[in-house]
Order: sequence, then C-alpha cells, then structure tokens
Amino acid sequence: MVLAGEIRAEALRMVARASASHIGGALSMADLLAVLYDETMRVKPDQPEWPDRDRFILSKGHSCTAVYATLALRGFFPLAELETYGQDNSRLMSHVSHKVPGIEFSTGSLGHGLPFGCGKALAAKRLKKSWRTFVMLSDGELDEGSNWEAILFAPQHRLDNLVAIVDYNKIQSLGNVKEVLDLHPLADKFRAFKWAVKEIDGHDHEEIHSALAVLPWEPSKPNCLIAHTVKGKGVSFMENQLLWHYRSPGIDQLNQALRELNCEP
Amino acid sequence: MRTAFINELIVQARQHPEIFLIVGDLGFSVIEPFASEFPDRFLNAGIAEQNMTGVAAGLASEGYHVFTYSIANFPTLRCLEQIRNDICYHNLPVTVVAVGGGLAYGNLGYSHHAVQDIAILRTMPNLTLLAPGDPGETKECVSWLSINPRPSYLRIGKAGEKSLHEVRGIDGIPLLVRPGTTDIALVSTGGILDETLAAADILSKDGLMAPVYSMPWLKPLSPSSLSILAPYRALVAVEEHVPQGGLAGALRENLPHSVPIHSISVSESISSMVGSQSFLRNESGITSNHIESVFRHALIQWRSFQLPTP
Repeated sequence: MVLAGEIRAEALRMVARASASHIGGALSMADLLAVLYDETMRVKPDQPEWPDRDRFILSKGHSCTAVYATLALRGFFPLAELETYGQDNSRLMSHVSHKVPGIEFSTGSLGHGLPFGCGKALAAKRLKKSWRTFVMLSDGELDEGSNWEAILFAPQHRLDNLVAIVDYNKIQSLGNVKEVLDLHPLADKFRAFKWAVKEIDGHDHEEIHSALAVLPWEPSKPNCLIAHTVKGKGVSFMENQLLWHYRSPGIDQLNQALRELNCEP
Repeated sequence: MRTAFINELIVQARQHPEIFLIVGDLGFSVIEPFASEFPDRFLNAGIAEQNMTGVAAGLASEGYHVFTYSIANFPTLRCLEQIRNDICYHNLPVTVVAVGGGLAYGNLGYSHHAVQDIAILRTMPNLTLLAPGDPGETKECVSWLSINPRPSYLRIGKAGEKSLHEVRGIDGIPLLVRPGTTDIALVSTGGILDETLAAADILSKDGLMAPVYSMPWLKPLSPSSLSILAPYRALVAVEEHVPQGGLAGALRENLPHSVPIHSISVSESISSMVGSQSFLRNESGITSNHIESVFRHALIQWRSFQLPTP
C-alpha cells in the first residue's frame, strides 16, 4: 500500500527536521495506521468531528509523527503543516495533541489511552451508538498498572466495541521487553482476562485488514489485536535497533532511509 | 454531607440527563438510591481509581457530566495524573468527589486523612475547587456544578454534620455566615466551619463579635473575588489541611500583603496514635479554643500597632 510508505517517509522527514526522537516506534506501527485509516475505520477527513466516526486513540503518544503523517495524507489537515512539527508555535507537539484535527486525545504519559478508550466505548454502549473505539498501545507501556485495570474493566462491561492494538515491537526505552518486564505469553494474558485475541504480522496488510474487517470477534468480548512488528520497520539500519528510539537521522541517513522506501529524498 | 451530596445529585440528575456517577467500590448505604433510579448512568468501577478517572474522562468526552466518587485520597492522589492529563488538559466535565475531606476518617489512620488535597489540586489548570462547610453548602455546590459542568473537585465531609447556616448560592466568593464588628475576621473552609463558629461563640461572650466567613469556593480565586475580605486588618484562616497551599495560601496569594493571615491548620507531622476526628482536631490544635486564642492574639497584635509611640 502506498500510504504506509508515505507515512514512513513523512515521519522520517518530521523527526529529521525537528531533531526529534521516537522514529522507531512510529515506523513499527505505520502499516497498522495505513490499514486503519484506509480500510478499517469509518472517518471523514473533511469532518474530523463527524459524530458517527470511529474513534482512534494513540496511547503511545511519543510515536505521534506517524499519526500526524497519516492524518495529513488522508486530508484531515494540509500536508504542508507537517513541516512545523516540533517547531516553535506549532500545534504538532512531540506527544500527540488533541488540538490537531482528527486527534481524539492527548497522551504522552503512558497508560492513559486504554482507560480513556474504555470510557468512550462505554459511552457508545450506553448511548446505543454503533461507532467503535480503537486504541493503539505500545508493548512497553503494558508495564503500567493502569492498563491492567482497564484490561479487567473492558470485558466486565462487555465492551466488544473496543479494539486494543498492541504494537508489539519487542523493544522498550532501555532494552528488550523480554529483559525489562517480560510480557510473554501476552495473548494468554489477555485471554485470561476474557478478551478475544488475534495475533498477526503487523506489517502484513492483508492480515491486518482481515483481522479488523468484522468486529467483534466474539460476542460481548473486547478485541485485542497483538500485532507483531519490527521497531524501525522499513529502514534497514533502524530495524530492531534500540538506538532509534532516541536518535534523529542526519541528512545522509534521512536520504538513505527515503531511498530504501522508494521515496524522493 | 455525603447524604446531602447524593440527594442533590439525584435531584439534578432528574433534570440533567448527562449526569453520570462512577464510584470506586465505595459508598455503601449512600449511593444506592442513585444507582437504582439511574442504572444507565451509574457504574461501580471497582478498586481501580486510575481506570475510573480515565473512564470518566472518556465518558465526558462523549457528552456526559461525570461525577467520580470515593473516599479521602483515593479519587485524587491515587490518580492525580489522570486528573491532570485526562480531565484538566482536555478541559472535560468531570467532577471528582472526595468523601471524608480533612480528618473526617480520623480513626481509620493516616492513609485516610485527606490533608494535602487542596494544595495539590489547586495547581491544576481549568479546575474549579469546592470545599463546602456544611450540608447546605454541599447542596449548593452540587447544584452549581450541575449547571456548570467542568473539571472540578468537590471535597466534602462524611456524615452527620449539622446544618450551620442558610445558604443561597455559592457565587464564587466568601460567604458571610455570621456578621460581626471586629476588625479581624475568621475564615474557614470545609467541615471545620463548626469549630470556627464555636470559637466565635466563645469570643462573643466577651463582647468580641468576630465576623465568620465560610469559603467553599477555593478556585478559581482572584483579588476581586476576595474584595469582601480585603478591608480586614487581619484574617484567621481555619482549615483541616496542612499549612501549605490550602486556604491560608490562597488568601495570601490573592489579598494585599497588608492583610496578615494567621493560619490554623493540621500539622504535616504524622501522628501514630489513632483517634476520632475531634481527637485529632484537638491534637492538631484546630479546636474552637485554639481558634479563639489565635484570634485574641491577632487582635492584640493589631491593637499594639495602633498604640501611639511614646
């Protein structure tokens, strides 16, 4: 899909221009975002507040470049605004901001998105609305206890209109997830908490699309999509490298990355 | 005060279909009438205050005015970042309600003493902070909040508090509970209003008619909202809260430096002895007798400034 490559290219340009961090986790979820915004979710870019839209919440707010890029590419706001990312007086701050058209919720501190998403999903149930809530989580942020409060909550209240997507790229801030606080077996954990779970290759568009095409997967159960991904996906020298949680590409690295993505430097 | 809270919330919920109540697995024998009348607008979130507050923000983002309800520090300090980021940052209509403000849960021990909450929550952007002094003030606070949904914190007492005065609106200003004639006034916030009025009773026996103000409205404040207090020569500020950042702090920030504030508050040191609210008030020196003596001291201090220089 063209969109995923463009998301990666725009995210790379943004972090390079702003000397910003967190490109690795933006690249790992680019394919998920491309399918969500191109196929899965009901959204209207010219009406970001359309009442019947599906709600998307980025809980891993530090990876916002990929979401800003997706929204701009889909026409929620002008593509040129991406050039202001991280600059003085820009609304495109380096942790996702709800002042940007199409963004439902500002995050940055981890462990906030899923409880908020539970509130939205509960509101849809109580108000008898058919829109769904999608929450993008990082693997590292599942260390936060607040997520597990929400993971208990969602099945209790039969929030089958809620989809938690885990961008399981296996690397967190200071090391491999396995070596910091191991999440394995993650699918079993969610199943034990009474969620319906699917595990997919988070870079395979067909797998992503078919997993999310029909919801819910099981009546009354919230949905957890564990997307196995590669941190830094799409740029050879960034893939699976902790360094690119922090480092910002210089001009030569940016150009090489763009060439690998078949984009104009 | 918790009964006054729930009764008024039920009255308001009949008129405002957006009112929603979430409890943190607390409120036995208090919240049941609301739950049975409005099952679609009630939720027990379990013992999970971070999630409770995030869920409240999510509901509020879809049009509900959510009240979260728990005791002492659980709905505030346990989930402070959710209040800061989810509610205040997004300016969402969630009212956090803490039952047992101050030392109301005295004999349950230090974990249940809510004595830092005002200072901490007063720094939150967009937040309205209300600490009523009796059931009547509580009713007025709930009524005001229902008409003005916004990020807010309502700090109430527990049960059995006496009605202390007729309240007609809270209006964002100090409420004159008892008129007086002295140049120094007593100002209290929250449930310690009863001791403050008792101190005024003692003083009146000596002909000292001290004005008594209750300040359920603690934020937002401005110099103009406190203009009624500015003419006094000094104020005695009484609160069931540590000395830093509460009522005394709010008065100092918003009144001219020429008005000295004498603070009567709870020591920040931790007592390892258990006791009732009145025992702990006595231990902390926030009793009517102590308020009275601080008032007299303030009066002597002020009058000594008035003596002609020999």
